[in-house]
Amino acid sequence: MEFGLTDDQQLFQQTTRKFLEDTCPLDTVRKIAEEQPEGFDRTWWRRGAELGWVSMLVAEGHGGGSVSGDGLSDLALVAEEAGRLVAPGPLIPTNVVAAALSRSGMPEHVGYLADLVGGEIVAAWCPPEFSVGSGVARRPEGGVRATAQGSRGGGFVLDGTTVPVEAGAQADLLLVTARTADGLAQFVVPSGAVGLSAQPTESIDLVRRFATLRFDGVEVAADSVVGEPGRADDDVQRQLHDAVVLQCFEMVGAVDRVFSFTIEYAEDRYSFGRPLVSYQALKHRFADMKMWLEASHATAGAAARAVDSGSPVADELVSVAKSYIGDHGPFILQECVQLHGGIGVTWDHDLHLYLRRVVQDRTQFGTPRDHRDRIAAGMDIGHE
Amino acid sequence: MSEGTVMDDGVDPDELEAFRLRARTWLAETMPRLPEGRDNWQLAQDDEMAVRARQLQGLLFEGGYAGICYPAEYGGQGLTRAHQRAFTQESMGYQMPTTFNVPTLTILAPTILDFGTEEQKLRHLPAILKGEELWVQFLSEPNGGSDLAGLVTTATRDGDVFALNGSKIWSSGAFRADYCLCLARTDSSVPKHQGLTMFILKIHQPGIEVQRIKMINGTAEFCQEFFDDVLIPASDALGGINDGWTVASRLLFHERDAVGGGSPYSSGLGMGNASRGGQRSELEDLARSTGQSADPVVRQLLAEARVNDRVQNQLVDRVAQGIRTGALPGPAGSLTRLYAATNSERRFDIGLEIAGQAGGAWVEGDLAGSASMAWLSRQSNSLGGGSNEMQRNIISERVLGMPREFAADRDQPFDQVRHNRSPQRQS
Repeated sequence: MEFGLTDDQQLFQQTTRKFLEDTCPLDTVRKIAEEQPEGFDRTWWRRGAELGWVSMLVAEGHGGGSVSGDGLSDLALVAEEAGRLVAPGPLIPTNVVAAALSRSGMPEHVGYLADLVGGEIVAAWCPPEFSVGSGVARRPEGGVRATAQGSRGGGFVLDGTTVPVEAGAQADLLLVTARTADGLAQFVVPSGAVGLSAQPTESIDLVRRFATLRFDGVEVAADSVVGEPGRADDDVQRQLHDAVVLQCFEMVGAVDRVFSFTIEYAEDRYSFGRPLVSYQALKHRFADMKMWLEASHATAGAAARAVDSGSPVADELVSVAKSYIGDHGPFILQECVQLHGGIGVTWDHDLHLYLRRVVQDRTQFGTPRDHRDRIAAGMDIGHE
Repeated sequence: MSEGTVMDDGVDPDELEAFRLRARTWLAETMPRLPEGRDNWQLAQDDEMAVRARQLQGLLFEGGYAGICYPAEYGGQGLTRAHQRAFTQESMGYQMPTTFNVPTLTILAPTILDFGTEEQKLRHLPAILKGEELWVQFLSEPNGGSDLAGLVTTATRDGDVFALNGSKIWSSGAFRADYCLCLARTDSSVPKHQGLTMFILKIHQPGIEVQRIKMINGTAEFCQEFFDDVLIPASDALGGINDGWTVASRLLFHERDAVGGGSPYSSGLGMGNASRGGQRSELEDLARSTGQSADPVVRQLLAEARVNDRVQNQLVDRVAQGIRTGALPGPAGSLTRLYAATNSERRFDIGLEIAGQAGGAWVEGDLAGSASMAWLSRQSNSLGGGSNEMQRNIISERVLGMPREFAADRDQPFDQVRHNRSPQRQS
């Protein structure tokens, strides 16, 4: 949890926590995983949206508005609560896309915002395949390619396939990043576009649904371009900041929750007539975990504040947070599995729900290694 | 208690900026620049720098920049952490008296501020801030490190004076210091924590012998002292007679704060600051000078070191805020202390890795040599200020509330407690 939250932020956090605990405890999450092909309930998502889940990064003039004025720090509180209960729902992609459309402010696109903020529709975010360092596709032949159609002012034709993206088959709206002859461009594409198909993929998280999106000669109008065609790199970086900060908070929320119930377990569990927490060998491991956990809270919070305030080091601090939490979060969780003993590796125990969510977050939007590459690229030691 | 008097919030940004600009001008006009490629920590390793540090501290005092977070009535500036941070940032590239930071300004003077009589505070704090008194701590003893309260140096009372006998060890720079805080046993008939007293002690006087200890990297900063009927006036007790454990606990709190990088009383970048975040580091210099800047493995290691440093600063801020607001208990300072130590272990390992073959045999002046020599002392930060193992005890017991370790001497009169079987002196 963040220290020094305002009263309004605390209320916002508590409201979301109570809503999630009431409507989506872990056995409900398991049920959704087994019975709900979409991975979340649309009515439930609208109720979450009423609490402000898609408002924080959207300008007031577009129907949004934040709690404290620092929208990403506010929304991060929701992400942290979502992590605590491995909540379903496309929180990160929907917010990243809503924020991008609100920031670009193009009249052709702000029309979507009312429905996004209201929870009527959800979105998928299709960034370029990371290597995140340069913002371009790692495999030059991969990803989506946009070809200008006809003369200047005409539309574009999209071809190619994305990597698996969250809610790819459920989203009503896509923000697609594509390479053009002039550089990266982003397009708003409705899910019903002719020539667009979603192919569901496997994913390690129980309730998150992923799909690759195939663009087969999809024709889009000129006004579907977000920003300036060929100049989307900065926009993509900014979207990446939002996405990574949110997933960092989600990981921290999950790890914090698991750490707490693992301590409770070790207090209640007796071996050789003593509680597990009385053994120094275990106490020292808990002490290390507490240190990594507090450090994870610290770096996630610092990244959110840096992005909110437009700090010149925001880009580095986002990668610092992702690489630190992406490394330590999964490690702490596996330590907690070990401290639970055999029960920790069973299907019925909740631990694996958290393992799945955190390792999923670790892999998306740049792994710790990718983010260390970004950090090295910003150092005064020359480039690769 | 002193951290409560150091404000952080509600600083007027315009006032802070004006302070920063004044400091910038004053530093440029007054303080000598650092020699190219050296930092204050390297300079502090030279014996003659202690003399220099006193002069530099005197310059700070005359300029009104000494003891920025100390109360004005004891010679400080009565300003905030934000002012201190701004001054430290502006002081980059200048010679600073960082020898004074640990333990004088960050550990011992704050303890005097907490427990000293008005007379004691007026006698020592202004003198410290003027650069006239360098202090060290006489706590650890040869017979035991982590079990501090089990110490066996005695101070036996005779009227208004105590006679000190025994030995202390691991005092850093005692040979060049003026005063110390010395913890001694004043009553052996009660359990160990209840029979201790903290004394203010002048180091260079009859009955005290100071020996320097040569360390594995060749330096001889640490000392051992031997006491032979050293007379201490009862009025030099800091805090109550037989209440020395209360004072020592507070001192150790300041020590964790200082070593973890959270002390508001540290000025300038030296040991004990998580200072490198965002700055070019010696690891990056090493990579560049050995032509490995483009090596993907080296780049990963450099970035990892950068991440660890950035997160250290962020953790310091979070823990300080947590303790200030009551969200974390005071012993949470051990989190930053443990982080700083484990981070420095990793950092030395990364240095050795990047140094490669040249870390074993190098041409004089190669940065690779510095990296492997630094690695030799890898465990120093994990031992000083309470070992990592003690920090893990503190975190698990006093932050997480887990059961205390079994202590065979708990509640036993100290003179009935079993001690080491081997001879205790290792001189």
